[in-house]
Amino acid sequence: MTEAGIGPGKGVDDGPSGTRADAPGGGTEAGNGSGPGRGRLPWGRRNGANGATGGPGEIRHLGLVAALVLLALVGVVTQPDNFATSGNLVGILALAATIGVITVGMTFVIIGGGIDLSVGALMALASVWATTLATQSYGPVVMVVCAILVGTGAGLVNGMLIAYGRLVPFIATLAMLVAARGLAQRMSDRKTQLVRPENDAIEALSTTKVLGVPLVVFIFAAVAAAGWVLLNRTTFGRRTFAVGGNPEAARLAGINVRRQTLALYALSGLCCGIAAIIIMARTTTGSSTHGDLYELDAIAAVIIGGTLLTGGRGTLVGSILGVLVFTLITNLFILNGLQTSDQLIAKGVIIVIAVLLQRRGLRSPT
Amino acid sequence: MHENSRPSRRNMLFGGAVVAAGGLAAACTGNEPEETAAPAAQAGNAGGDNDKPGQKVTIGFSAPAADHGWIAAITKNAEAQAKRYSDVTFKPVEPTNDINQQISAVESLISAKVNALVLLPNDGEQLNQVARKAMDAGIPVVNLDRVFPDKLSYRTWIGGDNYGMGVAAGHYVGKRLKEKGVANPVIVEIQGIATLPLTQERSKGFADALKTFGFSVTAKQDAKFTVETGNQVASNLLQAHKKIDALWNHDDDQGVGVLAAVKQAGRKEFFMVGGAGSANAMREIKSGGVLEATVTYSPTMAGSALRVARLIAQGKGMGDLMEQQVPQSITLASETITRQNVDRYLPLGFES
Repeated sequence: MTEAGIGPGKGVDDGPSGTRADAPGGGTEAGNGSGPGRGRLPWGRRNGANGATGGPGEIRHLGLVAALVLLALVGVVTQPDNFATSGNLVGILALAATIGVITVGMTFVIIGGGIDLSVGALMALASVWATTLATQSYGPVVMVVCAILVGTGAGLVNGMLIAYGRLVPFIATLAMLVAARGLAQRMSDRKTQLVRPENDAIEALSTTKVLGVPLVVFIFAAVAAAGWVLLNRTTFGRRTFAVGGNPEAARLAGINVRRQTLALYALSGLCCGIAAIIIMARTTTGSSTHGDLYELDAIAAVIIGGTLLTGGRGTLVGSILGVLVFTLITNLFILNGLQTSDQLIAKGVIIVIAVLLQRRGLRSPT
Repeated sequence: MHENSRPSRRNMLFGGAVVAAGGLAAACTGNEPEETAAPAAQAGNAGGDNDKPGQKVTIGFSAPAADHGWIAAITKNAEAQAKRYSDVTFKPVEPTNDINQQISAVESLISAKVNALVLLPNDGEQLNQVARKAMDAGIPVVNLDRVFPDKLSYRTWIGGDNYGMGVAAGHYVGKRLKEKGVANPVIVEIQGIATLPLTQERSKGFADALKTFGFSVTAKQDAKFTVETGNQVASNLLQAHKKIDALWNHDDDQGVGVLAAVKQAGRKEFFMVGGAGSANAMREIKSGGVLEATVTYSPTMAGSALRVARLIAQGKGMGDLMEQQVPQSITLASETITRQNVDRYLPLGFES
C-alpha cells in the first residue's frame, strides 16, 4: 500500500522480498529463508505493487506530459512564429542539458533515501578545475577527464562522509556545498576562466550540430538513457530502491548498504562533472558562479517528477519531464518578454500543485 | 568648444592610463610599468603637488566579494593606488556579499579610527546607517559607485554614470542603425540584475537615447551578471527574435555567455554593444565580430576614490580645480569603445 519503511510490520513483510530482489545479484544466505525460490517473480510482484502505487505514478507522468503539452500550446498560441521551430525546441533541450544531467544523479540519490545539496557547487568546482591554466595546457581531453574525476571524487567524499562517517546526507552535502564553492573561488581567484582558443573542441560540443542538434543534447540524452537502464534494468538499480525504501531490510537482505550509498553519491558527483563539461561548452568558461542554486532546481524537478523525498520510490522519466517543464517555462517567459521574477513565482506554484496532485494520486487508490 | 573638449578628454585618458598601469603593476609582479607611468601622472594632475608625500593617513576599504571581474578589478585598483603612496596605510577588510557582514566590517574600521573610508556598499540603502555612523565619528567616507541615499553619510561620492552608459549605448545603436537605413529595427536589451537601481538607470538612459532617433527597445530581459545566466537568457532571446538589428548587453562579464550563445545559434545579422569595458570584450571588438562596441564603466574609479580619500584626509584639494577641498561628487564619463579607439583603451580593460 504505502512505503516499506513506514511500519515495522511492513518492513518485515518487505524483508524477504528485498532478499529475493537481491538473489540474482548473489545474496543467498537470507534468500532461502522465505518461500519460493523463484527470485525474480516476487520482485516483479513488488514492482507490480510499486506499479499499483506507481499506477498513479504513471498518471503523474501523464500529468507532466499534459503540463508539457499545455505549455507547448501556450507557446504555439502566443508565439506562433517562434515557438514551434526546430531551433527553439532544440534550444530548449540544450538549455535543459546541464540541469538535466545533474537531475539524473539527483534522482538516484533521492531514490536511495538521501539528498545531495552540493551539486551546483560541485559543477562549479569541476568547471573551474578543468579550466585552470595547468589543465588547459594539456588540451581538451585532459579537461574533460579532469572535470569528471573532480566531480566523481567530490561525490565519493560525500558518500564516505555519509556511508562511513555516519553523517546525515543533508549535513554532509551542505558542508560540501560551502566548501566546494569556496575551493572553486580560491582556485579561480574568483575570476571567470575562459576556455582558451586552442581547446575549441570543448566549445565545439555546443556549436557543432548533428542533424541540427548540438552535441550537448546528445550528451544529455546519453546520460538520461544510461541512467534509465541503470535504474530499471540492473541489480544496482534494484539495490538503490531497496536501500532507499528500507535500509535495514536491505541490509538483512545482504545488500552492502554502505557501499551502495557511497556509489550513489559518487554517481551524483559524476553527473556534476559531466554537467560541468556542458556548461564549459555552452559558456566557454569555468567559473565559481556556475550552478548557483542548481541544487534546488534539481531537487524540485525530481519532486515534481514524482519521486518521494523519503526515498524508495521514483522514476527517472518523471525527473526529466520535470526538468523540461521548468526549462519550457523559462523559454515561454522570455519569448513573451515577461520578467524573470514572475518566472520564479510560476515555478513555485508549479512545485506546490505537482506535490498536491501527487498526494491525491497516492490517496485515491486506497 | 570642440577644440576645448579634446585636450580635456585626453587628460582624462591619461589619468585613466595611469590608474590602469597601477592595476597592471599589481597584476604583474614588478614595479616597472608603474615607473614608466609616473611621468604621465604628473602630466595628468597638471600643476598639483598632491603626489608628494604628506601627512600619514590610514584609509579603510570595504567592497563586495570579488566574484565578478568588475568587482575584482575594483579592489585591485584601490590596492594598487594605495601602494603608490608612502604616506598611505591601506586597511582593507574581508570582502563579502553579506550585508550584515559588511556592516560589522565597516564598524571594525570605525573603531580602528582610520582617517578615511572608501566604501563600495553591497547596497547603498542598507549600508547607509553605518556610513553615517562613520561620518558622525569624524571619519570622512568616500562613497564609491553605489550611492548612499543620505548625503550626511558621505563626504564625497565618486562613481560611474549608469544613465550615461545607457545613453552612450543608445546613441551608438541609434547612429549605426540610421547609417544602415533600418526603418523598424528590432532592438534587444539584456540587463544585469533587474532589481538594482543601476540597472534601471542604464535601461532608462538607453531608452531615452534611442527615442531621439525615433527608436525603441523591442524586448528586454534580465540576467544576473554571470556568464551562465547571460548565456541562458541570450539563447532564449535569440529564439524569440529571428531577426535582430541591435543588441545591448549591460555587462561584459555576462557578455562572455551572451557571445557564446550568439555563436551557438550561428547568428550574425546584428551588431552588439557591451558594457563596462572588460579586456575580453575589447579583444572581441578588435577582432571584429558581432560585438562592435562597449561603453565604459571603469573600475579605475576605485583607484581614483582612494586618491580622493587620501586628499580629503590630508585636507588637500584637487589640482585643476579652483577649490580648496575635494568636491562633493564626481561622476565619471561613460565612453564608447569601438574598433577605432580600442587600442587606446585596451590597457584599461580589466580581465573578467
